[in-house]
Amino acid sequence: MLKIDNLTAEIDGKTILNGLSLEVAAGEIHAIMGPNGAGKSTLSYVLGGRPGYEVTGGSVTFRGQDLLDMEPHERAAAGLFLGFQYPVEIPGVSNVQFLREALNAQRKGRGEEPLSGGEFLKLAKEKAALLKLDMDMLKRNVNVGFSGGEKKRAEMVQMGILDPAFAVLDETDSGLDIDALRVVGDGINAIMRDSGKGVLLITHYQRLLDVVKPDKVSILSKGRIVKTGGPELALRLENEGYDAVMAEPA
Amino acid sequence: MTQDVAFPTRKDEAWRYSDTDALAGMDLGVFDRWQDIEVPAGETLRETLVISDENADPDGVELRRLRVKIGKGARFELFGVIAGAQLGRVEVVLTLAEGAHFEMGGITVGGRSTVREFVTRVAHEEPNATSNQIVRSVHWGKGTGNFLGRIDVVRDAQKTDAAQSFKGLLLEKGASVNAVPQLEIFADDVKCEHGASVGQMDENARFYMAARGLSPEASRRLLVQAFIGDALVELDDEAEQERLLRIALDKLDKHL
Repeated sequence: MLKIDNLTAEIDGKTILNGLSLEVAAGEIHAIMGPNGAGKSTLSYVLGGRPGYEVTGGSVTFRGQDLLDMEPHERAAAGLFLGFQYPVEIPGVSNVQFLREALNAQRKGRGEEPLSGGEFLKLAKEKAALLKLDMDMLKRNVNVGFSGGEKKRAEMVQMGILDPAFAVLDETDSGLDIDALRVVGDGINAIMRDSGKGVLLITHYQRLLDVVKPDKVSILSKGRIVKTGGPELALRLENEGYDAVMAEPA
Repeated sequence: MTQDVAFPTRKDEAWRYSDTDALAGMDLGVFDRWQDIEVPAGETLRETLVISDENADPDGVELRRLRVKIGKGARFELFGVIAGAQLGRVEVVLTLAEGAHFEMGGITVGGRSTVREFVTRVAHEEPNATSNQIVRSVHWGKGTGNFLGRIDVVRDAQKTDAAQSFKGLLLEKGASVNAVPQLEIFADDVKCEHGASVGQMDENARFYMAARGLSPEASRRLLVQAFIGDALVELDDEAEQERLLRIALDKLDKHL
């Protein structure tokens, strides 16, 4: 579904991704773990097409298309969702307006009819309930005045509404208490656990992976994947630390 | 007897950032045409002004000059969009009697080398009057947006509460905005505040919106709408709010 081949990328002339290769099949949840500064967030931004992140080599194929050749909004319409580590506040724009426009822009890009106001609100209510987020929050401006945990839950409500084929979730668990982590994890399972969908789950900690069970776990270090294994790899990292696990021969 | 009228130059404080060259050849009578408005005590009056390509020559001058007297306890509301003419200018000279209120929301948008400006002179002549002026300017090309707001508070006008807020959004390098607040206060128990800021589009927000599927044009429109919406918050008529917003946003869509 997503195939990253020998990807290199830099910011301000500094190489961050250094020959990264990774494949995620449909129906798969693939966790990416790695020490600070390994390039985890850079990977998510490069996949999303953030300006300033320059791809200097390699390729990314998404559902058979050249992902790197698409504009950020085209990537979204093609089914890619980027869950932000730090969701952005947009004063003056309500969640409802923003998400309805975004959803209808994506639908238009796919040649589908737009949702009416009533249809959209019904969908939004359903997804807000799934993430236990008060519907009133969605009437407020995008992320403005939301706590860290509320932002992350709102991010997952957005994912539920947009219903992407593939999600790159960048530290969606950071800033969540234990109860909220369970709600968000259950939300990811409900929205993305599907034989036709895929997830790249970027995280520091095992605790999210207790709820969202990954099919594969890869370790990212110094801009490349250095080890890939099953869910047990994450448990070992939690117990033994990156240095010990990465020191073993591949 | 007619009063002597001469065109101003940029040395005149109220025309400092204007396009006085554009005035050349203009009919002096038209230049000096003022609309007088009186709001009787206790009443409320709303005036809506639009300067757009619909009613103004894109290369000409379009002035709206108002002289307003707001009576005791009365309320005057002025909402305006300047989105047309080479020089589009709304000028208001206004006096407030005791306990009166003046509410203003102004929007300027424009590119090319146009100048679009609000110039106000608000005199608090009696106690307990309040005024609130909000101007939002969005410009591109070599376009300029100005808000020159003078507030006079006379000695007896205690408990005056006057506020001005200006924000400029520059969509391209070369565009500019100017804010000139001028406060002349002779009473000692008054509240006068003004704020001015200028910035560019929030690129973080734009990437966030793109990542959810909005095209660059759509995200720009949403952000500009949110930005200029501030000026219409106090306009208690949703249809009118939408009409003014649409005039400003259509200008943007048409020319960028």
